[in-house]
Amino acid sequence: MQRIGVFVCHCGTNIAGTVDVKRVVEAVKKEPGVVYAEDYQYMCSEAGQQKIADAVKNEHLTGIVICSCSPRMHEGTFRKAAEKAGLNPYLVEIANIREQCSWIHKDMEEGTEKAVILARAAIAKVMLNAPLQPGESRVVKRALVIGGGIAGIQTALDIADAGYEVDIVEKTPSIGGRMSQLDKTFPTLDCSSCILTPKMGEVNAHEKINIYTYSEVEKVSGFVGDFSVDIRKKARYVDMDKCTGCGLCQEKCPSRKTPNEFNRGLNTRPAIYTPFAQAVPNVPVIDTEACIKFKTGKCGVCSKVCAAGAIDYTQKDEIITREYGAIVVATGFDTINLDKFDEYYYNQSKDVITALELERLMNAAGPTGGNVVRLSNGEHPKNIVFIQCVGSRDVTCRGKSYCSKICCMYTAKQAMLLKDHYPDVDVHVFYIDVRTPGKNFDEFYRRAVEEYDVDYIKGQVGKVSEAENGRLLVQGVDLIDNRQIKMEADLVVLATAIEPNKDVRKIATMLTASIDNNNFLTEAHPKLRPVESPTAGIFLSGVCQGPKDIPETVAQAGAAAIKVVGLLAKDKLVTNPCTAQSNPLFCNGCSACEKVCPYGAISYEEQQVMDGGVRENRRVAVVNSALCQGCGACTVACPSGAMDLKGFSNRQILAEVDAICR
Amino acid sequence: MSIEAKNENKEFKPLIVAFCCNWCSYAGADLAGSSRLAYPADVKIIRVPCSCRVNPLFILRAFQKGADGVILCGCHPGDCHYSTGNYYARRRMTLLFSMLDYLGVENGRTRVEWVSAAEGVKFSQTMNEFVEKIYSLGENVRLEDLRCKKN
Ligand SMILES: Cc1cc2nc3c(=O)[nH]c(=O)nc-3n(C[C@H](O)[C@H](O)[C@H](O)COP(=O)(O)OP(=O)(O)OC[C@H]3O[C@@H](n4cnc5c(N)ncnc54)[C@H](O)[C@@H]3O)c2cc1C
Ligand code: SF4
Ligand code: SF4
Ligand code: FES
Repeated sequence: MQRIGVFVCHCGTNIAGTVDVKRVVEAVKKEPGVVYAEDYQYMCSEAGQQKIADAVKNEHLTGIVICSCSPRMHEGTFRKAAEKAGLNPYLVEIANIREQCSWIHKDMEEGTEKAVILARAAIAKVMLNAPLQPGESRVVKRALVIGGGIAGIQTALDIADAGYEVDIVEKTPSIGGRMSQLDKTFPTLDCSSCILTPKMGEVNAHEKINIYTYSEVEKVSGFVGDFSVDIRKKARYVDMDKCTGCGLCQEKCPSRKTPNEFNRGLNTRPAIYTPFAQAVPNVPVIDTEACIKFKTGKCGVCSKVCAAGAIDYTQKDEIITREYGAIVVATGFDTINLDKFDEYYYNQSKDVITALELERLMNAAGPTGGNVVRLSNGEHPKNIVFIQCVGSRDVTCRGKSYCSKICCMYTAKQAMLLKDHYPDVDVHVFYIDVRTPGKNFDEFYRRAVEEYDVDYIKGQVGKVSEAENGRLLVQGVDLIDNRQIKMEADLVVLATAIEPNKDVRKIATMLTASIDNNNFLTEAHPKLRPVESPTAGIFLSGVCQGPKDIPETVAQAGAAAIKVVGLLAKDKLVTNPCTAQSNPLFCNGCSACEKVCPYGAISYEEQQVMDGGVRENRRVAVVNSALCQGCGACTVACPSGAMDLKGFSNRQILAEVDAICR
Repeated sequence: MSIEAKNENKEFKPLIVAFCCNWCSYAGADLAGSSRLAYPADVKIIRVPCSCRVNPLFILRAFQKGADGVILCGCHPGDCHYSTGNYYARRRMTLLFSMLDYLGVENGRTRVEWVSAAEGVKFSQTMNEFVEKIYSLGENVRLEDLRCKKN
């Protein structure tokens, strides 16, 4: 005989405001199996949990139902409470009468009626619950960080400093990410590479960190604590062990016409190259599409000049398979494509550039040696116009609905730096709003206005075109003075919206981590679990989760690291016991279940079965409970009803259906 | 729900069962709740680990026991927590729904919708629309087991 206890939570007035909890208690008492019911202010509180414990003991309960908030909120809490009271934690069911009832209904009558039905369904289900024992799985004490920008670097350092092995997989030939492309950084204006380069060096030298650059994650299997990952280490055609990083090959390479990605295509680079001087590792790669040796078989200059004999044209891609306990995604961002923003004249004029391109122009190691010039004629610009929110806060399909967050600050930064270098220039900024929340941020922006006399114009630019004298013509509105503005400019800088790196979709699919409509990775909880993906064992670091500046990125990177360390510090993980199970008596060995299982959890074995008094050897399905994630695909695929899912069995779900449809 | 639909069916209180996968749609329903986005109380949600856990039998049973509409919600294609579950669900439901239509349970009474954990608005909108549709279709009489009706 089942003895079910039901506990109805008021959640203050969150539930009790629209659900007559007393009536729910009375109604559930009439349900078969229910021997005890009570209501309480806050079931999740210490006192509420004590009530559960007392009732379990005094009433000899065999199952409990909590009518409360979503199981996604407090299922864990109540399971623990049951366990403490000596009841198997899986004999607990939750009726979600807050999110799915009291919060969406206004009428007390309606709310109460629905709450009773939801409670009834939970009771019907719990009557069929079986005690389950979670299994254990191992934790591989090594973490993988995908992306070697400042986010990935910081996460890796923090994990490694806590004593765990970390591998960084970086797609490009060097770690460093966007930060290595920046000139100086707000709000303190320290030079980006001066603060980044030491960190890159630290990562390189750290005995617990292993860097795979020019590499990509190709396949991921497994689950939290025990992932197996295939990493494709692309052929560099340069032996990492032999290369001394002298750079002679890059100097002598005759193929020099490839757009330099690091400089955003503002100049060109040789076929054998390191993206920038401080690259880590300081070992070049050969771009086979540009290399004459690869295209025609002739050349081989780099090999001839390399004193170390490091060039190896026969190198092949290598697939490295490694196991990890945790995976951090730190794949960062790019600026959006501006093809659909013709009004800004970006594709038409060399003198319309993105802010990231301006960073390269301002940088002493950039394509112009730090001279900000008009790329059309090499002259110094006199009048510079910045346009904010290019593609950001744009709800049309060509733009992004969100605020890119960093642009207001970097524009103020760039404006001030330009004024510092070239006191004769005039700088105008067209903006929708200036958003500068952040420590010392508003002060920073005000300095641009007050000390540097940067002309901020509230309003949007409708059109940039070429004036007859070869300068640019910027047409916009000033919303404060309510007038049309037409001004000539030598350089127009677009604060281009940022978006997650294009690859992130592929990465997210491999990791079964969710992403939002804008391709930013989704956090497990927007407020309370901001650095974890909803998929266990996957963590988020940096701009791949949402726009942020460097200080925020570093803070989040550290937070992700501590979550990883918290996971790796465990020796064993408790696994979800709600796994599939096949009944050998019904199974006909058809393999239908095996085909649909995304985790390869099902295999077959010969088993001796007693069927109708006859002993038989049969090929039957067996589920590896360490691999099964409990999706239930197999249960529906099974034609003979042999496969069922613990915790969500056919009978349990049908009982819920029946209870709701009564 | 439109006023006319409500008036025409003064007596009619539809019974709607919504199967929601734990990872996206159930979370989407939670978000609808925490954002106080109302939808009719006629909708009752059953949580399943993944949309692919929903056996066509569950849906048949619901109709047999007097449900007027059944909706299955899962993660968007490509976003299933178990990567492929919703593809199976989609295929299975396409078949089931066309068979149900053939049996007289109109297509409007069955629906599959992808709702992500971030789409509280979509969840509530979908439920509002679906309930309205059921109101316009009226009570379901096909498949109903009259013996179940008595108690
Ligand atoms: C014009 C401009 C100016 C800025 N100025 C400032 C400033 O002054 N101060 C400030 O605080 N912030 C500034 N920022 C913001 C700053 O750049 C970011 O906050 C920071 O770079 C975010 O770091 P991240 O590691 O998250 O991303 P990223 O720097 O983008 O790093 C991501 C890394 O992951 C790699 N990667 C991507 N996909 C894969 C894959 N599939 N596999 C392997 N590796 C992959 C990329 O190659 C890259 O190395 C500026 C941004 C812009 C655009
Ligand atoms: S429940 Fe899902 S993961 Fe488990 S064995 Fe079945 S198909 Fe595989
Ligand atoms: S689908 Fe069912 S019958 Fe076929 S092998 Fe799997 S458990 Fe056995
Ligand atoms: S988990 Fe949502 S559809 Fe599979």
